[in-house]
Amino acid sequence: MSALGAVWRELLGLFVDDGNLAVQATCLLALLGLTVPTGVIPPLVGAWLLVGGLLLILALSVLGHVLSLRPKRRQGQ
Amino acid sequence: MTNLTLAVTTTGAAFLASLVEVVEAFTILLAVGITNGWRPAFAGTALALVALALLVGLAGPLLALVPIWLLQSVIGLLLILFGLRWLRKAILRAAGLMALRNEDAAYERESAALEAARADRRAATIAGIVAFKAVLLEGVEVAFIVLAVGSGKGRMDFAIAGALAAVVLVLVVGIFVHRPLSRVPENTLKFAVGCLVSGFGIFWFGEGVGILWPGGDFALVAIELAVLLVSLALVQLAARAAEWVRE
Repeated sequence: MSALGAVWRELLGLFVDDGNLAVQATCLLALLGLTVPTGVIPPLVGAWLLVGGLLLILALSVLGHVLSLRPKRRQGQ
Repeated sequence: MTNLTLAVTTTGAAFLASLVEVVEAFTILLAVGITNGWRPAFAGTALALVALALLVGLAGPLLALVPIWLLQSVIGLLLILFGLRWLRKAILRAAGLMALRNEDAAYERESAALEAARADRRAATIAGIVAFKAVLLEGVEVAFIVLAVGSGKGRMDFAIAGALAAVVLVLVVGIFVHRPLSRVPENTLKFAVGCLVSGFGIFWFGEGVGILWPGGDFALVAIELAVLLVSLALVQLAARAAEWVRE
């Protein structure tokens, strides 16, 4: 069972490292998956949203990590 | 897409992504073989390869039953998550914000653990299990890469060729240098693979949901370039932002 658990953890770890990045990317893809095939968003606009949106999510994740390195100030200061 | 473009991009992506995983597995295998003998190392590897073959043998034929648009969407989503994860780490490492993975350290760590276990009578079994787990876990990653990269355009042969080339290259280099392959610039590879895989994922997901790419299949090259340029810019930006944050 522990070997199966290790394989499962390894598989999950393949896709998820920063939870926010994975959730935001999945939400964007789900939104486009619902709106582009039904014609709510034109295909060309969908293309720009897909590429631009994912790169923006990546940038936010990287910069979020940088900001998390900021030394925490004590309360009251 | 021309056959040549498809062959180069598919084989190249599978080769580079597999290379990283094979190097990781080979490092652990070397540690097992040198400290506890080659018998448990080979036994663990053989068992893991059988398990892997069963896994791929079961998963492969099932893919043929899935509609192509669904396959492209799901594989695209997985490739995007996989690629962005690697790319994020590679960007942070290139910007000096995360420690580089060190194959020498991984090798020394595994060797020390196995040396400690050597006094134990079950040392050979433990060594065999270590080899089995390393080959199975890294092998599952290679299998996923081959299935994902190859099935998007129905050209599994190119992806398998890329992965096999990576295995052969690591084996040949490993046999000659007989040391961990720490000279392979892993972060550079992961950066390149992250860009390639993310680009593939974006392109296939788009095709799956009905996006009409300007320029048709050649849009893949433009997407790859866009991902590369933004990632390079993010390395610079992250390094500067880190300096500013630390001041």
